[in-house]
Amino acid sequence: MKILVCISNVPDTTSKITFTDDGTTFNTAGIQYIINPYDEIALSKAIGLAEGGQGTITVINIGEANTEAAIRKALATGADEAVRVNAAPRDAWFVAHQIAAYAKDKGFDLILTGRESIDYNGSQVAAFVGELLGIPSVSTAKKIEIADHSATVEREIEGGKEVLSIPLPFIAGTAEGVAEPRIPNMRGIMSARTKPLEVIEPIEVPVLSKITRYETPEPRGTVTFVDAGEVEKLVDLLHNKARVI
Amino acid sequence: MSVLVYTENTNGSFKKSVYEVVSYAKAIADSLNTSLTAISIGDVEQSALTALGNYGASRVLNVSSDQLKQFVNQAYASVIAAAADQIGADLIVLSNSFSGKGLAPRVAAKVEAGLADGAVELPDVSSDNITVKKAAFSGKAFAITELTSAKKVIALNPNSFELRETGGNTTVETFQPDIPGNDLAAIIQDIVRTTDKVTLPDAEIVVSAGRGLKGPENWGMIEELADVLGAATACSKPVSDAGWRPHSEHVGQTGIAVSPNLYIAIGISGAIQHLAGVSASKTIVVINKDPEAPFFKVADYGIVGDAFDVVPRLTAAIKAYKGN
Ligand SMILES: Cc1cc2nc3c(=O)[nH]c(=O)nc-3n(C[C@H](O)[C@H](O)[C@H](O)COP(=O)(O)OP(=O)(O)OC[C@H]3O[C@@H](n4cnc5c(N)ncnc54)[C@H](O)[C@@H]3O)c2cc1C
Repeated sequence: MKILVCISNVPDTTSKITFTDDGTTFNTAGIQYIINPYDEIALSKAIGLAEGGQGTITVINIGEANTEAAIRKALATGADEAVRVNAAPRDAWFVAHQIAAYAKDKGFDLILTGRESIDYNGSQVAAFVGELLGIPSVSTAKKIEIADHSATVEREIEGGKEVLSIPLPFIAGTAEGVAEPRIPNMRGIMSARTKPLEVIEPIEVPVLSKITRYETPEPRGTVTFVDAGEVEKLVDLLHNKARVI
Repeated sequence: MSVLVYTENTNGSFKKSVYEVVSYAKAIADSLNTSLTAISIGDVEQSALTALGNYGASRVLNVSSDQLKQFVNQAYASVIAAAADQIGADLIVLSNSFSGKGLAPRVAAKVEAGLADGAVELPDVSSDNITVKKAAFSGKAFAITELTSAKKVIALNPNSFELRETGGNTTVETFQPDIPGNDLAAIIQDIVRTTDKVTLPDAEIVVSAGRGLKGPENWGMIEELADVLGAATACSKPVSDAGWRPHSEHVGQTGIAVSPNLYIAIGISGAIQHLAGVSASKTIVVINKDPEAPFFKVADYGIVGDAFDVVPRLTAAIKAYKGN
């Protein structure tokens, strides 16, 4: 089985998010980058599926040279080879086109992404790629089981789940539950250095949208403390002041 | 330009988030001086379709065929794109629900539209390029996104827009586009609903608990408080990681982002990753025995106390208040 895993490089979850140039530019000063946590789930799932010579894993990242640490980590965790499309990931539409252009004639049986990236939270890439390649997509998969040429996939829905049967190839965005996250071991780290990492140039993609500016949430007022012995007072405040109950 | 809104049904009926998205689309249509058409796919009662008029849809396209009884994003996207084409809609609006997330990019790709997902308020339509404020960085920021394409798709976050009953009439028409066979490859075998109560992403009130609860056996009091409030339950990440609660309840940067009117956090410390997913809540109440817990810094109301003592009394006090 040939598996393609799409990974993105995102600010560490502890990052304080600020902007410069009048709110037009994300301030990268002091930001540590990590592999998007949901993409790690995708990668871990792929490794589980490929184990014991059952398949090969290619990771793809759309990013400039500074994402190579993340790519090497994915190789160290267990991917066989990597491709970096040499471009800043403008938006999900752009990224999806690069992935689809790369994947279209390679015969992948399965393409995995994280269900969303924790920076732009688009949850768009899986469905865009699915549409561009004309294959089924599942945007929030909680469980994936592959048997022969089809898969049973559980999809998250509000208040429950949907169980789908899907023929290969398809693309899924993975959420928690799909696989336990794996971490690189020493052997993996050593071998990652010699695994192939191909750099290719992006295709052109029409611009359909652009982020013009960022805003940060209004700071909240100071907290009003209520004595633990006076819960009725809290009920009163929630009803009469906040008007939420 | 006219506006098309997709009204997703759950088991044949419409949830509140559908009326939110119709109200939202109607407000946009009004500011564009155009009309609003809704499209419904699957088996929905005539009375529910007609009721969409109440929220401003002057026309409803009803797609009801055996092949499309269940949601398949590929086929539904083809239908919505065909409908947009037929009525000449340049703007398509839908809900940023789990299904909406699977659908919106496919629709946008089919009609070559710019997509703004996670919209949190009405867009600026003063120029041809519609500008949308959308949630980003897991609630830590908003990205003001300009859609520069001729056609546009906006996906509205649940609980971000109020219901507006305009009280209009609507005509329901049958719409029967061709479905490419390739669109029906994925087949739904089963739908399992673990709760028939209000669901977390669109709940107006969320009662959430963390590791301070000590173990899964103590969630009874959390569920009771949620019940009296008509709230959904949620939890912090370590709680779902430990298997005390299902992953679907995990809120935060790597879980579900919620924006209820009221978020009650019990025995949760308020780590940055947790706050990221809940800070869009309108009112936050924190109950924690540690007065130094970081969560108090972003709370509107706080009680310093032991959850095992405070929560049952709070539940009783709310019951008493509701009884009056
Ligand atoms: C990559 C990454 C992603 C993450 N994503 C998320 C995420 O999406 N969501 C998330 O929640 N976390 C996330 N985390 C974890 C996060 O950093 C915190 O560890 C977590 O939120 C803490 O959960 P907690 O508040 O339940 O537990 P703790 O931090 O252990 O806090 C327990 C709290 O309960 C209080 N308490 C104890 N006993 C009582 C009592 N009897 N009565 C009242 N209060 C009591 C304590 O004072 C304490 O404040 C992430 C971490 C990483 C590294």
